[in-house]
Amino acid sequence: METYTWLRAFADSWHLLFMFCFFIGVFVFILRPGANKVHDDTANMIFRNDDKPQGDESAPRAGRHQEPKEAR
Amino acid sequence: MWDYIKLAVLGLVVVVAAIAASMARDLPYLVHMLVIMLASAVTLIWLIRRVGEPVPAANPNEYMDGPIRFGVIATALWGVVGFLVGVIIAFQLAWPNLNFEWAQGYLNFGRLRPLHTSAVIFAFGGNALIASAFYVVQRTSAARLWGGGLAWFVFWGYQLFIVMAATGYVLGSTQGNEYAEPEWLTDLWLTIVWVAFLLVFMGTIIKRREPHIYVANWFYMAFIVTVAMLHLINNLAIPVSLLGSKSVPVWSGVQSAMIQWWYGHNAVGFFLTAGFLGMMYYFIPKQAERPVYSYKLSIMHFWALIFLYIWAGPHHLHYTALPDWAQTLGMTFSIMLWMPSWGGMINGLMTLSGAWDKLRTDPIIRMMVVAVGFYGMATFEGPMMSIKAVNSLSHYTDWTIGHVHSGALGWNGMITFGMLYYLVPKLWQRQGLYSLRLVSWHFWLATIGIVLYAASMWVTGIMEGLMWREVDAQGFLVNSFADTVAAKFPMYVVRGLGGTLFLLGAIIMCYNLWKTVTSTAERSPARAGSAVPAE
Amino acid sequence: MGILDHHKKIETHATLLLVLSFLVVTIGGIVQIVPLFYLDNTIEKVEGMRPYSPLEIKGREIYLREGCYVCHSQMIRPMRDEVERYGHYSLAAESMYDHPFQWGSKRTGPDLARLGGRYSDDWHVQHMMDPRAVVPESIMPSYGFMMDRVLTRTDAEHVRDIMRVYRTLGHPYTDEMMENAITDFFAQVDEFGDPVADRYPGAQQRNFDGQPQLTEMDAIIAYMQMLGTLVDFETFVPVANR
Repeated sequence: METYTWLRAFADSWHLLFMFCFFIGVFVFILRPGANKVHDDTANMIFRNDDKPQGDESAPRAGRHQEPKEAR
Repeated sequence: MWDYIKLAVLGLVVVVAAIAASMARDLPYLVHMLVIMLASAVTLIWLIRRVGEPVPAANPNEYMDGPIRFGVIATALWGVVGFLVGVIIAFQLAWPNLNFEWAQGYLNFGRLRPLHTSAVIFAFGGNALIASAFYVVQRTSAARLWGGGLAWFVFWGYQLFIVMAATGYVLGSTQGNEYAEPEWLTDLWLTIVWVAFLLVFMGTIIKRREPHIYVANWFYMAFIVTVAMLHLINNLAIPVSLLGSKSVPVWSGVQSAMIQWWYGHNAVGFFLTAGFLGMMYYFIPKQAERPVYSYKLSIMHFWALIFLYIWAGPHHLHYTALPDWAQTLGMTFSIMLWMPSWGGMINGLMTLSGAWDKLRTDPIIRMMVVAVGFYGMATFEGPMMSIKAVNSLSHYTDWTIGHVHSGALGWNGMITFGMLYYLVPKLWQRQGLYSLRLVSWHFWLATIGIVLYAASMWVTGIMEGLMWREVDAQGFLVNSFADTVAAKFPMYVVRGLGGTLFLLGAIIMCYNLWKTVTSTAERSPARAGSAVPAE
Repeated sequence: MGILDHHKKIETHATLLLVLSFLVVTIGGIVQIVPLFYLDNTIEKVEGMRPYSPLEIKGREIYLREGCYVCHSQMIRPMRDEVERYGHYSLAAESMYDHPFQWGSKRTGPDLARLGGRYSDDWHVQHMMDPRAVVPESIMPSYGFMMDRVLTRTDAEHVRDIMRVYRTLGHPYTDEMMENAITDFFAQVDEFGDPVADRYPGAQQRNFDGQPQLTEMDAIIAYMQMLGTLVDFETFVPVANR
C-alpha cells in the first residue's frame, strides 16, 4: 500500500507536469520556424523516385539537404 | 555454399516434421506438422531444381516488386475469404440451423468466428500492410528492398502462418484469448517471420538515398515494432508437450485480462490504425497528386498517437474486477486519443483541399476519403464508448461489434481497396484500371453495406443494453435474456445483408483487378518516367 | 542550433527513431501492467478458491476449444440488473486459476460466471444436444457430438500434463493431487468412487450425462456446474479500497 500511495502522489503531480511540458515541447519543436524547408521537402519526397531507385553515388541528389552519414 | 546450407536445413525440417507428425498427440498438431512438412518439401524441391543454375543478379536500379505483387493478390483473395466467413457467421446468428449438424465439431459459430476475425485482420489486413510497407519504403527511400530474398521469405512465411492459424481454429486448437488464438507453434513461427519483416524494412530505410525518413515509414515502423512486443508478451506460454498443440499461457486472472486487452486494443491501435495510417500518408497524397496537407501535423499525429494508444486497453474492462485506478487511466487516455485521431483525419481530408473536384471524377480517391471519414467516425465513437457511464450500457452488446466493423470495413477495408486500385496498374505496368464504373459499383455496394451493418448493430446494441437493465416498479427485471435474443432477429438479418453487399463489392473488385492485369494496354515505356495517375 | 541539430538526428536516423518510438509505446504498458503483479489490493483474499479438479480442467479445455468465450462472458459487473440476473458481482480472486482469463467481451448468450447449480444436469444435457428444445429463442449451436466422444486414459494423461504445467506456474497442486490425477479424472463421474472432494473441496461427483461411459459431455457439465460456486458469499466481506 505504501508504494502505491507515494507512486500515486508522484504520478498525479510532478510526472503529470513533466509529461505536459514534454508534450508542449514536442509541439514547439515541430513548429520551429527553421523546419519549414525540411518538412516541405520531405512531404514532396513521395513524388520522386516512383519507378526506380536513385542511381549511384555520383548521380545528383534529389533532396535539397546534406545526406546524413548513416544513410550510406 | 549458402545454397547447400539452406538445402540441409530444409531437409532437416522435412524429416523432423515427419517424425513429429507420426508422434503427434492431437489432431491439430498432426495437421500442422504435415503442413510444415509439405511447405518445406516444396521449397526444397524448388531449390534443388535451381542448384547450379546461374542466379540472375538482382538489379539495384530496379525496385523489388515481386513480393508486393504476390502480396496484392493475397490481400484480395484472403479478403474475399474473410468476408465470406463473416457473412456465414452473421447468418448463423440469425438462423442457428446454419451450424450444420454434419459439421458440428468443426464449423460451429465458436470456431468460425476466430477464423473470420483472424482472416480479415491478419490475413487481409496483414498482407495489405506487408505489401504496402514494402512498396512505400522502397519509393520513399529510393532504394531497393534490403536483404535479397528475405522479402520473399516474409511473404511466404506469413502465408504459412495464416494457413496454420486457420487450420488450427477449425480443428479446435486455441489459446482462448480473443484475437490471439493461435497456439505456441504458430506463435513462434509468426515471431520469426515478423523479425524478418522488421529487418527488411529497417535495412531498406538505413540504406535509403533520401535524407529524411518519410512519415508513413514512421507509422509502419511503430506498427511493426509494437506488434512484435505485444505478440511476444501476450503469447508467453508453456507448451504442455512438444508433441502437442496445447500450451498453458503464463498469465492468469486479472493480469491475464489486463495484458490481453493491452494486446487487443493495441492490435487495433497499431495493426489496424498506425499501419493503415502509413498507407493513408502515402497513397492519399499520391492519388490526389499533392503533398500531405501539413507535414508538421503528421509528426504531431505520430507521437501523440503512439504515446496515447498504448494506455487505452483497460477500457475493455470497465466495471470488472480490474482495479479502479487502471480503469480510470484507460478511460482518460481513450478520451484524449480523440484529439490525435482527428488531427490525423483532418490531415488526410485536407490533403484534397484545392482538388475537391477529384471526389466527383475519381472513384479511387472517393474510396480513400470515405475511409478517412469512417476513421474519424470510429475514433469519435471509440472514446465515447470508453466513458464508463456509456460503457456500462454498451459493453457486452452488439454496439461494440458495430463500432469495430465501422472501423474495420469503413476505414481498413476502404483504404485497402483504394490502395489495391492504385497499386495494381502500377505494379503490372498497365495504363489504368479496367473499369472505373466497376470501382464506382464497388464503392456504393461497400458503403451501403457498411451503413446497413453499423446501423443495425447500433439498434440491437442499444436495444439489448436497455432491455437487460429494464426493471419494473417493484424492482424486478422485465426481460429474460431469451427475450432480448428474440428481439434482435430482424437486425441480425439486416446485418447479414450488409455484409453480403460488402462481400459482393470485394468480388467485383477482384474481377476488375484481374481484368486490369489481363486485358488492359501496357503502359508505354516513354510515359513510365513521369508520374502516371491510376485512372 | 545545438539542440536542433540533435533533433535532426531523430528524424533522419532510423535506429534512433525505432528505439524512441519503442520507448514511447512501452510506457503505458509498464505503468498499467506491472503494478498489478505487486499491489496487494489487485486480488482480494477469499475463502474457498481452489485449483480445478482434473475433470473440470478437461471441461474447461472443451470450453476453450469450442470458443464458448466468444459468446459468453464470465464477469458479472456490480450493476443492479446484472447482480439481479446473474448473482453476486465477480471477484478478481475467482479467476486467479484461469490461464487465460475467460471474462469474455460479448454476451450473445448470458453470462456464465455463476452458472453452477442453476440448472439440473439433465437440463444441461438437453440444452447441449438441442438448445432450442429447452430455450426456443436460443441461437446457440448444438453440441450433441460431445455425447459420443468417449474420454480415455490418454485424455486423463493429457490433463495430468496440464496440471504439471499449472504447478510450475504456482497453482497449489499437492503431490497427492498429482498422483491421483488420473483416478480422480475417472472417479468424478462415479458417485460411489473415491471421493474427489477430499482433495478438491466442493467438487461435485456424479454421473453428469446419464451415460455409463465418461464422455466430453460429462466434462463440460462438470465444469459448468462448478462455475462460481467456490466462494461462499454468505461470509464474504468486500474490501473498501479497491
